[in-house]
Amino acid sequence: MTAGPDPTGHFRNADGTDFGGRFVPEALIAALDELDTVYRKAFEDPAFLAEFDRLLREYAGTPSMLYDATRLSEVAGRRILLKREDLNHTGAHKVRNVLGQALLTKRMGKPRIIAETGAGQHGVASATAAALFDLECTVYMGAEDTRRQALNVARMRMLGAEVVPVTTGSQTLKDAMNEALRDWVSSVDTTHYLIGTVGGPHPFPVMVRDFVRGIGDEARAQSLAQIGRLPDAVCACVGGGSNAIGAFHAFVGDPGVALYGFEAGGDGVETGRHAATLSGGAPGVLHGARTYVLQDEDGQTVESHSISAGLDYPGVGPEHAYLHDTGRVNYEAVTDAEAMDAMMTLTRTEGIIPAIESAHAVAGALRLAPTLPEDAVIVVCLSGRGDKDMDTAARWFGLYDDEPAS
Amino acid sequence: MSVAPTLAKTRAAGHSALVGYLPAGFPTVADATNAARAMVEAGADVVEIGFPYSDPVMDGPVIQRAAEHALAGGLRAADVLRTVEGVAATGAPVLVMTYWNPILRYGVDAFARDLAAAGGAGLITPDLIPDEGADWLAASEAHGLDRVFLVAPSSSDERIASTVAATSGFVYAQSVMGVTGARDNAPAAAPELVERTRKATDLPIGVGLGVRSGAQAAEIAAYADAVIVGSAMVKCLLDAPTVGDGIAALRALTGELSDAVHA
Repeated sequence: MTAGPDPTGHFRNADGTDFGGRFVPEALIAALDELDTVYRKAFEDPAFLAEFDRLLREYAGTPSMLYDATRLSEVAGRRILLKREDLNHTGAHKVRNVLGQALLTKRMGKPRIIAETGAGQHGVASATAAALFDLECTVYMGAEDTRRQALNVARMRMLGAEVVPVTTGSQTLKDAMNEALRDWVSSVDTTHYLIGTVGGPHPFPVMVRDFVRGIGDEARAQSLAQIGRLPDAVCACVGGGSNAIGAFHAFVGDPGVALYGFEAGGDGVETGRHAATLSGGAPGVLHGARTYVLQDEDGQTVESHSISAGLDYPGVGPEHAYLHDTGRVNYEAVTDAEAMDAMMTLTRTEGIIPAIESAHAVAGALRLAPTLPEDAVIVVCLSGRGDKDMDTAARWFGLYDDEPAS
Repeated sequence: MSVAPTLAKTRAAGHSALVGYLPAGFPTVADATNAARAMVEAGADVVEIGFPYSDPVMDGPVIQRAAEHALAGGLRAADVLRTVEGVAATGAPVLVMTYWNPILRYGVDAFARDLAAAGGAGLITPDLIPDEGADWLAASEAHGLDRVFLVAPSSSDERIASTVAATSGFVYAQSVMGVTGARDNAPAAAPELVERTRKATDLPIGVGLGVRSGAQAAEIAAYADAVIVGSAMVKCLLDAPTVGDGIAALRALTGELSDAVHA
């Protein structure tokens, strides 16, 4: 198992297929080359690594705890350890990536960042880094998502970012990314596009992986320290796939650790209304990379559907496409209803309200548990907290006095 | 059929060529075909037919709206090829401008084969750089099609050299850093980019993005081999109350641009 990708950003399979690369206008190539050079240099520079490490510890609050969730484990029938990325500053794993890229932005001497966001977590993290590093910040967010995630819109604006609601196409994450790319083509001299997932053109997938891989590195060391061995399985939700790559990367070389990525199954993959790109899509090109894409017979992107704004995306990071095709990671779909049930189960057993995105990983782990030996240990990446999802949850569960459950 | 003979002819005549863009299927497949034919009659030397795509990241609002309309109307790949065939019947070379995923999905070699059979001249690929296009380089060779790649103001001399080495037909010089759409001023970065590109190739060089008036076209025609106009053409159809009015406006604009370019 190679760590991939090759120097041009291609994750190549033994059978000759490959994922990743750079399917972008020539106008952006110079900026991607510059970013690649600066990123590689930074990772060889002890001063950069020390500064990144200091920020992660003192500002973001990592390493996040690996919590022995005993009451949830009772329900699952197997021992579950939660990687508490929800306790990071800004409420999700996303802060790791934005701190890294904001440091690189400073190194490149660019005064402005732009970002796309679905649930708003990456937008909030980007706006936070912009405030911390004194950068201008514009966040593109689907108009549909600005309604679903109004609280995060307010947070970004409070942090000083400009939030631009995107009204084209499906008005969700995919369209926000289109608009950010259009901005970037016009502003690349002064602007860094702070992509929020392990997607996009090279070097973004590998660079973002390097910034978030602390999730798995920490979890691996914490497992050894806390239970004296590696876990039997690691579970994470997959939209674009950054928390999952971050959680998996340290374990890819451990054949005894099964890896599970849970995609958003929406109403069910069989209904066509879902965002399970690896389960229900086909190889293609979207947003700069060759990967799996939800698309029709003519290669037009099909709109995705998920109760979770952060997973509502018809593509997936190219390394996941690679890990899917090699069979190293098992990808399965979790429906909206399964995720919401798991959200409630975790809340009522542990007093932890997860993001709906992360609830997909919990649901997947609960489904997986009975298939594993009785002494199995499962690590679940709890990628974010559920504060932002309270309106969706309140409507789903009927928690408002004047509205029935939906 | 390549665009090369047409561009050789205009070059020999001592002037530039006019390249006009319209997306297939806007407002309908038949109307788009008629509109593109009208562009040729009014003086366009080469036609670009856009293959509408759901996520056009290089396009501004005008072409986005037209593409959305075409897709909402049920446009399919076969309709794009049918449009090419209808426009190529005029004798003008027809290129398809397309994002890469629709071609990948169709099959790169299969699309090249069917495009050649429809009388198409080749492809312009705004989100495919030669580095990622090994299968397209092979398919275009096999089926005798032009490969029009883009260079941009941000391209290094090294990248310009490798891009033009893979290009045939003409080199598409993107005049500004930005998306498609008419702009008020002639592009300031374009002359320098064309000059740098000339040092790397003898191929004709077309300049596109942001052109909408005869005056701008004339300014570009002074240093480029072709002037490419897209959004301003599409806007004629987008703004008109009827298709007939739209085509009339398109003829008028094409005539103005043609006079400027062919002067």
